[in-house]
Amino acid sequence: MKILVCMSNVPDTTTKIRFTGDNKSFDAGGVQWIINPWDELALTRALELKDANPALFENISVALVGNASTEPTIRKALAIGADNGIRVNTEPADSYYVAAQLAAVIRSQPFDIILCGIDSSDYNGSAVGGMLAELAGLNVASSVSSLDVENGSLVLKREIDGGTETLGIQTPFLAVVQKGITKEPRIPSMRGIMAARTKPLQVVEATREEALTEFVTYELPGVKAACKMIDPENVKELVNLLHNEAKVI
Amino acid sequence: MNFEFTEEQIMIQQAARDFAQRELIHDVIERDTKAIFPEAHIKKLAELGFLGMMVDPKYDGGGMDTISYVLAMEEISKIDASVSVIMSVNNSLVCYGIEKWGTEEQKEKYLKPLARGEKIGAFLLSEPEAGSDATHQRTTAVDMGDHYLVNGTKNWITNANSASTYILIAQTNPELKHKGINAFLVDKNSPGISLGPHEDKMGMRSSDTHSVMFNDVKVPKENRIGADGFGFSFAMKILEGGRIGIASQALGIASGAMELAIKYSKERKTFGTEICNHQAIAFKLADMAVKVENARNLCLKAAWMKDNGGNYSLYGSMAKQYAADIAMEVTTEAVQIHGGYGYVKEYHVERLMREAKLTQIYEGTSEVQKIVISRSILKD
Repeated sequence: MKILVCMSNVPDTTTKIRFTGDNKSFDAGGVQWIINPWDELALTRALELKDANPALFENISVALVGNASTEPTIRKALAIGADNGIRVNTEPADSYYVAAQLAAVIRSQPFDIILCGIDSSDYNGSAVGGMLAELAGLNVASSVSSLDVENGSLVLKREIDGGTETLGIQTPFLAVVQKGITKEPRIPSMRGIMAARTKPLQVVEATREEALTEFVTYELPGVKAACKMIDPENVKELVNLLHNEAKVI
Repeated sequence: MNFEFTEEQIMIQQAARDFAQRELIHDVIERDTKAIFPEAHIKKLAELGFLGMMVDPKYDGGGMDTISYVLAMEEISKIDASVSVIMSVNNSLVCYGIEKWGTEEQKEKYLKPLARGEKIGAFLLSEPEAGSDATHQRTTAVDMGDHYLVNGTKNWITNANSASTYILIAQTNPELKHKGINAFLVDKNSPGISLGPHEDKMGMRSSDTHSVMFNDVKVPKENRIGADGFGFSFAMKILEGGRIGIASQALGIASGAMELAIKYSKERKTFGTEICNHQAIAFKLADMAVKVENARNLCLKAAWMKDNGGNYSLYGSMAKQYAADIAMEVTTEAVQIHGGYGYVKEYHVERLMREAKLTQIYEGTSEVQKIVISRSILKD
C-alpha cells in the first residue's frame, strides 16, 4: 500500500506573530518554518505502521502546496523517513485552493491511504482534509485518533461523544488525524538527514483553480487581563468581583 | 564570507535541541544529584547518530561536518554537559583518532561499532603525575615481541566504565622521551584492567569518571596506532580537534545559562517591575550576549578551519580558552541574576556553573591553551 501524508508549512509554534501592510498580510520576516505539528504526527504514525508492517506498506510520500522556500520543510519530512516528496508549486491561497491542488496530485498518482492533520497551526482552517476527500472522491474518516493494522486489515478509531468508535474502512481512504494518533514526532537521525539528500522531491505545477475566500484583515488577540488570585475560603470576595468588576453575574 | 548555516546544519541543530528538550531535561537534576550514568539517553543519542556524527558513512558514521558538530554540542550542552562530554569524547577523541590514523582492520573492528554508538570509547592520556605535561607518561607498554605488556595507572578517565574501547597512551621507549610514546587500542575487558572508584565530582556528575589500572595487560601488536613512537604526536593532534568539542560544550553551558537568565529576568519582579528593566540586570545580560556570541564565532571559525583543511590548532585553543572562561563568567552571573533561586538546584543555573568549571580544566587547562596560543603568535 502507498501512503500520502499531506503537509502544511507553518511558522514555528513559538513564533511571535506580526502583521504588515495595514494588517493585511502576515510578516514572515525571521520566521522559522516547520512541518505543521498534526501533519508531523500523521507522518510519524505512517512511518510507525511501515516499520511494523514492512510487507504491507511499500511507500510513504509527503505532499505540500507551497513555493520553493518550503522545500526545507519537505526535506525534513524526508530526513524523518518519508520516501519521497511532492511540492505543488504555488502559494496556498486558501483551504479550497490547497485541497484542489492536492486532489490533482492524488488523481495523477494513486495512493491507498491519505493522511491529513486535523488543522494547521497557522490558519486553523480544519477544512482541507474533508474538502480533499470530496474533491478526490475518497472514503473519509474524520477525527481519527488511532490507525492500526489488525490481522492484515486497517482499523481506525474515532473520538465520539462519550466514547470511541472503531471503524473498518475500504481503501483508498482519507483519514483526518488528531490527538492520540501517536505520542510524539520523530527526531531525524544523521543517517536520515544524509539519506534525504538523494530522496526524490518532485515539483508539480499548480492546476488552474481560484481561491474561494479573500483575507480582508488580521488582528491579534487582545491583551489578557491580569489574573487575580482569591483565597478559596473567600467566596464573598469572588462573588463581589464577578458581580461588580467582571459583571458576569 | 558567509555566516549562514546550511539547511542540513539547521536541521541537525534543531534535532539536537529537540533531543535535549525531550530526553534530557526531565531527569537531568536527579542524574546530577545521584551521579547516575545516562545509559538510556546515550542509547537514544546513538540511535540518532550523534555519537559518530562526523565519521565517514563508509565506516557507519553520520558524515556531517564540524560546524554541525559544534551546533549539536552547543544544544545538548545547554541542557546536560554530562551527556555532551560523552558525545565529545566519542566523536572528537576516539572516533576521529581511529578514522584518521587507524588501519583498515582497526577501523573495521573498532571504529564501526563506535561510530554506530553501539560501543563507547574512552581516551586514556592523563596520569596521576602527568596531566597537562603529557610528555612524562609513567604507564609503560613494553614491546614483548608478539605483544605489548602494559603496566601503570591512568587518571580522570571519562567513560572509563561505560566504554568498551580504550585509546591508551603509554611509554614504550623511555630513553626516547616523548618520541618513545605509543597509542594503542585496548579492549576494556582485557585481563589485568581494573577501575578505581567512581569519582565524586563537582559537576558533570552523571558522566562516569574513574582511574584505570593496568597490571600486566597484554595488547596485541596490531592494536598500536600508527608507527612506533607516534603516540605523543597522535595524542596532541587528537586534542587539537577535541578542543573544538569542549569549546562548543562550554559555549552551550554559557548560552544555556544566558537563556535561563533572560527568561527569569522577564518573569521576576522587584521594585514594581520585571528585573530585566533594571539597568543593573540588563547590562549583565548584554555582557553575557556579547561573550556568548564571541565564543560561538570562535568555535565556528575553528570548525570551519578544520572542515576546510586549515591549521585549526590555534583557533581550537582560542575557542576553548575563551569559551571555557566566559562559561564560568556567564554562569556565575546567571546565578547572580537568579538570586537565591539560582543557588538551589531546581533552577539549573547552579549546575551549569559547576559544569562550566570543568571546561577550564580538562582537555587542556585554560593556562595550557594560553601556552599554545602564545607560542603560535610568537612563532614568526
